Amino acid sequence: MKQFISFIRKEFYHIFRDRKTMLILLVMPIVQIVIFGFALTNEVKNSKFSVLDNAHDAASAALIQQLDASQYFELQSNLHSYNDISEAFKKGTIKLAVVIPEHFSDDLEHQNKAQVQLVADASDPNVANTLVNYAGAVILDYQDRITQDKKLPYTINTEIRMLYNPQLKGAYNFVPGVMAMVLLLVCTMMTAITIVKEKEMGTMEIMLVSPLKPLLIIIAKAIPYLLLSIVNIISILLLSVFVLDVPINGSIVLLMSESILFTIVSLSLGLLISTGASSQQTAMFISLVGMFLPTVMFSGFMFPVENMPKPLQIISNIVPAKWYYIIVRSVMIKGVGIEAVWKETLVLFGMMLFFLGMAFKQFKIRLA
Amino acid sequence: MRTLKFILQKEFRQIFRDPAIIRMIFLLPVIQLIILPMAADYEIKNIQLAVADHDHSTYSRQLINKITASGYFKLVDYGNSYRQSFGEIEKDRADLILEIPQQFEKQLVREDASTLFIAVNAINGVKGGLGSAYLRSIIQDYNREVRMQWIQFPKFSPEPTIEITSSNWFNPLMNYKFFMVPGILVLLLTMIGVNLTAINIVREKEIGTIEQINVTPIKKYHFILGKLIPFWILGLVVMTLGFVVARVVYGIIPVGSFATIYIFAAVYLLAVLGLGLLISTYAATQQQSMLISFFIMMIFILMGGLYTSIDSMPEWAQWITRFNPVSYFIEVMRMVVLKGSGLADIKQQLLIISGFAVVLNAWAIYSYRKRS
Repeated sequence: MKQFISFIRKEFYHIFRDRKTMLILLVMPIVQIVIFGFALTNEVKNSKFSVLDNAHDAASAALIQQLDASQYFELQSNLHSYNDISEAFKKGTIKLAVVIPEHFSDDLEHQNKAQVQLVADASDPNVANTLVNYAGAVILDYQDRITQDKKLPYTINTEIRMLYNPQLKGAYNFVPGVMAMVLLLVCTMMTAITIVKEKEMGTMEIMLVSPLKPLLIIIAKAIPYLLLSIVNIISILLLSVFVLDVPINGSIVLLMSESILFTIVSLSLGLLISTGASSQQTAMFISLVGMFLPTVMFSGFMFPVENMPKPLQIISNIVPAKWYYIIVRSVMIKGVGIEAVWKETLVLFGMMLFFLGMAFKQFKIRLA
Repeated sequence: MRTLKFILQKEFRQIFRDPAIIRMIFLLPVIQLIILPMAADYEIKNIQLAVADHDHSTYSRQLINKITASGYFKLVDYGNSYRQSFGEIEKDRADLILEIPQQFEKQLVREDASTLFIAVNAINGVKGGLGSAYLRSIIQDYNREVRMQWIQFPKFSPEPTIEITSSNWFNPLMNYKFFMVPGILVLLLTMIGVNLTAINIVREKEIGTIEQINVTPIKKYHFILGKLIPFWILGLVVMTLGFVVARVVYGIIPVGSFATIYIFAAVYLLAVLGLGLLISTYAATQQQSMLISFFIMMIFILMGGLYTSIDSMPEWAQWITRFNPVSYFIEVMRMVVLKGSGLADIKQQLLIISGFAVVLNAWAIYSYRKRS
């Protein structure tokens, strides 16, 4: 035990002596959470649109006004012909064009049927899709208003309640996501180079001749970083509550313990990479180039996992950030307890054992 | 010139001696480019619906049938209490609750109006908003059908309807892969470029071999160029490989010319590699340089306009993206691959990127000290 503690002390010295690195490790997550918490939103706001108004009548004016008034759209100068649309798209000045045919009011009042055409710049299909849907909803609202004035029989009304996030703030979705990403990648990178660095520097030999058990050598490497990560978790949570206005609705103790569990998973993954890698460069390449994009795309905060093709849904299960993201969302925002997230917790626990076990198995006590 | 040749020889030899890293430089991007774009679909489908039906009438059943037949919704739970449905949302098994009140059918028939309640899990605001919009339009459709059953309609429909038709230009089939594949290729290229160079000089510092270079008559710019050129060539090879994957796996052929893309990419790579070298000259250890490049990469990638639209970011964040080379390359890719823009159309982006390339590399040469 005494040996173990002195080993941990050695690792602490290593880290605390390098002030610059420590500063980076502690400040970076804070800056990232703040920037992304404010800047990221997959909500489409203030999208620029134009109208090709061939009708110029009361109804078309009312419709345009309603579109402009919604927070999704921002009216740009009017178009005069169909050709203007493609020009505006090519220049990128607008993303959506609304084409209103002649006699729009007349058609609507007398035939009770009128048409509107939406033309979207689909070079970014996701944005185009959202815009068309939003515009459709605004037009539907407008239609509803006319209908209500007419008092039709047999009307089904709908009342919609937005649970958990009534203002539809992007931060509620992105803060848990960014938390998962930052913690996973930072923790993995921290430990990913520790062991391989000693190999590269040649100090590994000294460690191997010490009487300490290999498993304890590995664990001693991770403990100082675990403490650093706990500081990071606390600062991230404080920021999200006090700066980003994302509440912690569930139990803080549960959230903290889940976060610590996730941190340990990430640190173990880093150790696994470190025992397998041949050089620091390889370790970094795996943990950054290899893990960054899969974490962004499979954790579920950018792209809902249930939208993906089946094989990819299966692949997404091996991404630890996915499980943690579900847990944070549930505990932090929905405010549920362990009974709702015990399965995810178990998965993370299993991953931790797996990574640690593999790291231990790969750890060679003889130098090649 | 001769000096440069020798340095290049050394650098190439160093790169190719480590088969692990070579394999990763080529394999990681190819694998990711094959798999990741398929995951990047924002279109909302398979919305999980829980129904709390207090009515159990013909109408409520008809309505539910109509909703599930639409293809957007998957009925995951059918019960008769809101509590139960809410439990499904809490456990993440449902996204939306439709509550049909008691006497729904009776009220509709006798009192001419009835109300349905929809509750949406809105943590992901867009998904919640779109899901409830779809559901509402289906209910409206159903409403129309109900009216048709009860009223003999006059010649024209009594309710004013606005028919919405939509068309999607440049990508009529709304194939998001056309947008995602080139975008992800840009991200991969950037990560490889920054990562490889960011570690390179600092590695020589850590191992101590930089001392040997420092005592040779090699000029500072020789040294930086020697580091730059091998990775520049590697980057172009990786990009070519990426386009082969895009062609073979996804059938993507740029509308514009490859020449335009390669000209831009050549300059872009210089900028990105320059950034990596700059990080490398400042960092003291490989760990530091990796953390700094991770920090910068994360900002570049998440704010590059591929995942979330730059237009919806707040003013200050849009200002940051102006210093983000990734956002320019993604824009150029989108213009050339989908809209067929030529060199003249991307002139501005090319100029800005050239500016980045010159400034970053000059800065890297300046901050590289032969004396420690």
